[in-house]
Amino acid sequence: MEARNETKPPQWAAHFLSWYCKPELLEDLQGDLNEYFERNIKSKGKRRAKLIYVIDVFKFFRLYTIRKPELVNQLINWIMLGSYIKTSGRNIVRNKLFSAINIVGLSVSMSVGLLMIGTLMDTYSYDKFHKNHARIFRVISQYSYLGNKDDDFNATTSLRAAKVIKETFPVVEEVAILHRGFDGDFQVGDKTIPLHGYWSNESLFKIFSFDLLQGNPASALKEPFSVVLTEKSAKKLFGDANSLGKTIILNKDREYTVTGIIEDVPQFSHLKFDLLASLSGREITEKDNSNEMAWDNIWSSWAYVLMPADANLTSFQDNLDALSKKEDPSVKNTKIKLALQPMDEIMTGKNLSNQGSPIIGGTLLWIFGGLSFIVLLSACFNYTNLSVARSLRRAREVGVRKVIGAMKRQVIGQFVVEAVIISLLSLIAAFVIFLFLRPYFLMIHSDLQERLLLELTPALVGLFILFAIFIGVAAGFFPAIFFSQINAIQVLKNNVTVKAFRKVTLRKALIVFQYSISIMLITGALIFYKQYKHFLAFDLGYSTENILNIRLQGNKAELLKKELSELMDVKQMSTSALITSVGNMEGTTMINPNNPEDSTDVRFNIVDENYVPLHEHHLLAGRNFFPKPDSAKESEVIINQQVLKRFNIAKQDPVKALDEIVKIDGKDLRIIGVMKDFQYGRANNKSGEKIVLRYSKEADYLNVKILSNDLPATYDKIKTIWKKIDPVHEFEAKFYDDEIQQAFSGLSASIKLAGSLAFLAICIASLGLLGMVVFTTETRLKEISIRKVMGASEGKLIYLLGRGFFVLLGVATTISLPITYLFFNELLFPKIVNHAPLNLTDGVLGVLGIMAIAAIMIGSQTLKVARTNPAEVLKAE
Amino acid sequence: MLTIAALVNEAYSVGICDELERQTKRLVKLGVVHAVLNRLEEKGLVKSKLGEATQTRGGKRKRYYLITNAGKAAVLKSKEVRDQLWSMIPELSLRRI
Repeated sequence: MEARNETKPPQWAAHFLSWYCKPELLEDLQGDLNEYFERNIKSKGKRRAKLIYVIDVFKFFRLYTIRKPELVNQLINWIMLGSYIKTSGRNIVRNKLFSAINIVGLSVSMSVGLLMIGTLMDTYSYDKFHKNHARIFRVISQYSYLGNKDDDFNATTSLRAAKVIKETFPVVEEVAILHRGFDGDFQVGDKTIPLHGYWSNESLFKIFSFDLLQGNPASALKEPFSVVLTEKSAKKLFGDANSLGKTIILNKDREYTVTGIIEDVPQFSHLKFDLLASLSGREITEKDNSNEMAWDNIWSSWAYVLMPADANLTSFQDNLDALSKKEDPSVKNTKIKLALQPMDEIMTGKNLSNQGSPIIGGTLLWIFGGLSFIVLLSACFNYTNLSVARSLRRAREVGVRKVIGAMKRQVIGQFVVEAVIISLLSLIAAFVIFLFLRPYFLMIHSDLQERLLLELTPALVGLFILFAIFIGVAAGFFPAIFFSQINAIQVLKNNVTVKAFRKVTLRKALIVFQYSISIMLITGALIFYKQYKHFLAFDLGYSTENILNIRLQGNKAELLKKELSELMDVKQMSTSALITSVGNMEGTTMINPNNPEDSTDVRFNIVDENYVPLHEHHLLAGRNFFPKPDSAKESEVIINQQVLKRFNIAKQDPVKALDEIVKIDGKDLRIIGVMKDFQYGRANNKSGEKIVLRYSKEADYLNVKILSNDLPATYDKIKTIWKKIDPVHEFEAKFYDDEIQQAFSGLSASIKLAGSLAFLAICIASLGLLGMVVFTTETRLKEISIRKVMGASEGKLIYLLGRGFFVLLGVATTISLPITYLFFNELLFPKIVNHAPLNLTDGVLGVLGIMAIAAIMIGSQTLKVARTNPAEVLKAE
Repeated sequence: MLTIAALVNEAYSVGICDELERQTKRLVKLGVVHAVLNRLEEKGLVKSKLGEATQTRGGKRKRYYLITNAGKAAVLKSKEVRDQLWSMIPELSLRRI
């Protein structure tokens, strides 16, 4: 058997030939090819013969051999399409309830799909406006210290790496560098405007398509202290006057000359800036900073390279590795690995740390995409389920069609057209919902708001329509196949065939699937919500109550303090370099007092003498800082228990550790206090960090403890004072608790998302269930009536009708709860520190909620049927 | 077309192909032959009919081509034209080649 098989020409090629070839030419051609094939087997072997056969089949694909589209058939199909639409319309109108269930379910889930499509469209259109977008790569770097590798790459790299890459590798066409920190207050005449920008080099204009409106792209960023403004910031600074060649002053310090004006940065650019300064200026200002060009200073600049279109990226990676090997010895204990990331993947790829501005990220897209796919699938199942359930009624129609001469294909066509019509109707509703949901969706998280527009472009609307058609086909395909296989004779003979159409197992499986998904989503959302609440209420180890943190934005703290102290409600004030527990971090290296060879990373905050009492930090031993003049040298430090433990200072005895000297940043600091550990990072970060408090009057934040019955009013009062002191900058102040809440906005966004999708999934599943209940009760109406006449009670009847459904829900629960539990307990929670314990109540709550809704659905319908007058039903017979 | 005439009753695509290869000592592709045959048939210079099924071709019938009267006329015409052109070549110029 096998031997014969092998000597046959490839089947698929033969099929392809008979598909495209004109019937009158086909036989001859096939024959010829076969003859050649047999000849080739003898002379060249099977393999070659087969290959030649396939090639020949494709060679014969010529104009004269191609079958002309069968016009007549096509015409019939078009005429039939009209008929399909007509019958579909009638069907939709006749089964109002079923159509409504389908349309509502589909439109709700499709609106989510539309949001998804819009989001995808937006994220994928990022950075495509650059002419060379496919050839631009970002140099990313991974830091490892003493063999401890960072988990992920940083989006940034060192200035040194950027320069060396350009000098060493001729294959790299251009290297553009963007160095962070060209921010501040820019002054023109008496106007002061805060702007954000980068230090950059002239290659920028060669790599990116930021077009210069004025100025010379080759030289605009060449000379030190020249700036290129965007149109918008030029307008802000200079109004309508010509700005080229004029000077602006940064932070009342240095003058910069405007050498170019570029178009505003488009919305869909992952780089966002108001202005750019020439990087050559830094060579002058940072001349004495040895760290500026250090190999391990990878935190502050982004480098983009332009590669040739046919560049071999794997071999270039080897080049980069070789470069790292060469440069690594210049820094102690540190290794830097470089890699290239395609620019097209920045917006949709991994969420690397140190991004210039927030990205949407692949994870979010995948999760959101997956969830909306599930919701859509659920709605499609409804359609399938209800259509198949109604097969009983439609079967006869199909039978008649078949007897008249409809082919399988035409029956399939009819049902698919019907599904597509329903999905197009749903699209209209979904579109309205989409427009309504859009602002709420964007409001879920500030990053979404900043990054997405979800604007209605013709392309997007076109995609929506395609999407609707696709959904229609997907939903209608299974019922269509099902109906097309109906045996006309059996159906028309009599209604004995009822049983043949009960695709019971499939329908049950679909319902179980829908409900399992719903239960998983709702319990997942509940668990997340609990975590969120847990993190907000987490005991940080100090008090955050009624503290307003004001960002000083360069103002003197003393000035503001003096004004604010006159307010009645202000109880206490302190200053700090950063706000702890919200994700801000500042780190340095501390040397072990017992062993100068040993050192460790410590986190720190720079505070004044009021900070510790105001935040009610707990001192285990020693004292707080004493007030000191601004000019005093830094000499004291407060450490926490973890530092004590790490260095084993004074055998971890807080009292004895006092007056020991530790070395930080090359300064000898005396330990004056030991405080209890507190949560330095966010509550879901690992605790037990080594923290020190350092003293300085220089500060970025003013912490104001307020004792007031009317916090908003006090807030407004403080705001007015701010306006008086600093008319340039917006007042930026947040209550500590709000700030913590904001630090978890990602979590709260995912709760909102998961919650609303769970709600949708439940709605859709319930609608489907309702449809199924209505259907079963209606078909069993006669049976119920007879039972009633025979003396069955209402309660018994309800039990009889509802039993099956509750069993299904039970199955769904037993499937979904363990899965959810395992997912959280085994997969997710081990990765989250300080998570709240998982308990059963969330699951039970979710299940009970869903059961209650299902019970209403089932109960109301069964009750209706159980209460019908049996006489009327039986009389109608 | 001459080959078709030459092969008389045995002119079918593969046969023509083989014959051409033998006569011209050049590689002749089946696809080209098919295309030519198809064009000739459209012009009415040849006609075709399906033969009997045989074992050798996977049970597919051969399509035999026969030259039509119009075809014969066209062949003769082209021969005449060629002959005329030949007769016009002075002997000397040929010898040089």
